[in-house]
Amino acid sequence: MSNRLRWRKFVSHFMLTMTGLCALVAVSVLFFILGYLVYHGGTSISWDFFTKLPAPVGEAGGGMANAIVGSAKLLLLATLLGVPIGFFGAIYLAEFSGGTIAFVVRYAADLLNGVPSIVIGIFAYGLVVLPFKHFSTLAGGFALGLMMIPITLRSTEEFLRAVPRELREGAMALGASQWRTIASVVVPAAYRGILTAILLAFARVAGETAPLLFTALGNRFWSPGWNQPTASLPVMIFTYAIAPYDDWHRQAWAAGLVLLGLILIINIVARVILSRGVAVPRT
Amino acid sequence: MASVRPAVSVKITPPLSTPTGREPQAPLLMRMTVAKVNFYYGPKQVLFDINLNIASNKVTSLIGPSGCGKSTLLRTLNRMYETVRNARLEGEILIDEQNILAQDVTALRRRVGMVFQRPNPFPKSIFDNVAYGLRINGVKGSIADAVEKSLRHAALWDEVKDQLHKSAYELSGGQQQRLCIARALAVEPEVLLLDEPCSALDPISTAKIEELLVQLRDLCTIVIVTHNMQQAARVSDFTAFLLTGQLIEFSPTPQLFTTPSDARTEAYITGRFG
Repeated sequence: MSNRLRWRKFVSHFMLTMTGLCALVAVSVLFFILGYLVYHGGTSISWDFFTKLPAPVGEAGGGMANAIVGSAKLLLLATLLGVPIGFFGAIYLAEFSGGTIAFVVRYAADLLNGVPSIVIGIFAYGLVVLPFKHFSTLAGGFALGLMMIPITLRSTEEFLRAVPRELREGAMALGASQWRTIASVVVPAAYRGILTAILLAFARVAGETAPLLFTALGNRFWSPGWNQPTASLPVMIFTYAIAPYDDWHRQAWAAGLVLLGLILIINIVARVILSRGVAVPRT
Repeated sequence: MASVRPAVSVKITPPLSTPTGREPQAPLLMRMTVAKVNFYYGPKQVLFDINLNIASNKVTSLIGPSGCGKSTLLRTLNRMYETVRNARLEGEILIDEQNILAQDVTALRRRVGMVFQRPNPFPKSIFDNVAYGLRINGVKGSIADAVEKSLRHAALWDEVKDQLHKSAYELSGGQQQRLCIARALAVEPEVLLLDEPCSALDPISTAKIEELLVQLRDLCTIVIVTHNMQQAARVSDFTAFLLTGQLIEFSPTPQLFTTPSDARTEAYITGRFG
């Protein structure tokens, strides 16, 4: 065997091993985090965690029922704000616009996507908290919703663009208007991807802490309605994790596990729903 | 929308003899007329002064080498070219004596159906695919009956009648193409345009579709683009030969293939180019 051939074989094996190792490291980090979270969270979680309010300092027990409900309310608001705007904006970008407008909108969305979440928080603080003169669920939901817009918009647009041109033409050749074509053929053909995109956006903001710090603030009690400060899981984790009490650390682990479980369940449910319908085969 | 020229008073004489000679010499009814059509993509002109008459309840085929403009010509007939930016049409296209450019485009496309190069069923069930055109056009009456009728016309009913609610993607390529034909037939178009409908199909599926086209003549007028000369010879009554955007020859099919009047047509059909 010539030296050249031996060298080539060596390079090939070396690169194969290296890429494999990197893939292994990437996956094992994920599993390590998951395992650590399940271990610590699992030993700290109890039924009380889901049903009780946080216990006063020094008292053992208590739960985060208010934070779970608070997070749910915040995410509901965020979804109501972010998903429709992102979704319909994406339809405009993918189906109607062309040239300069599309470029500007797309560029703005990418910039918005790159804005640090704490800056979004400050923005919501200035726009909602200051005029209302107090922290609220509304302000927190607004901040999270702003974050959902660009994520939903850009990924929905990509999925709409991936729908083959032939499908659009097929519908239009039957006398469908452009809007009818979009609503009855293009969106149904892309809906799995779009739903996945929305879920990713949802999962992304579900764990956001920074935009909530000075919008939803936090609350050790129930937060009735939408106009008062509210507890949320990420902020609770933050507060409890930096507190000097072992009991609070355990609660923070449990909250982390609940947050993760929530996202996991939503993902699984969505995939089950998605696996029903008819998919466009990839060509 | 392209500007419409004032109506041109040029009389285009259609090829009048019936191609096969089997039928008595009945006068031919013209379903569509293409008059003095020039077509541009941006600054590039792709069709030059096309005049063409499309006979009612006949199969007219458009042949020519790649890039000759045959698909573009087909797509002017239902104004499908409008989906392309910067596309511009000059001249006049009439359906039953009415200018298609003056009509509502959705109404026109309901009258002039289209089948595409690659089967493009919607991501819906077989039934819903055929019912689509009926539903969007708000057709009254039994959709189920209309779906069955269309599937029978497309010679697909017997193969799919027990699986109407399965995904259209579970069908084979040839079945999918016949489904697309059924889908187009469901709205009862007067004209059916087919853009190389067999180019993605195997020989057996192709044969089925060709057989189908000959039968469909009774139902509607058919215009088919094909790069396959044998196919044009087998299925069509009239053939138009296009070259670099110009209509070189338009004759009854047997005449075009046996005694072409233009040297370029002869060169093409004898395989000297294209």
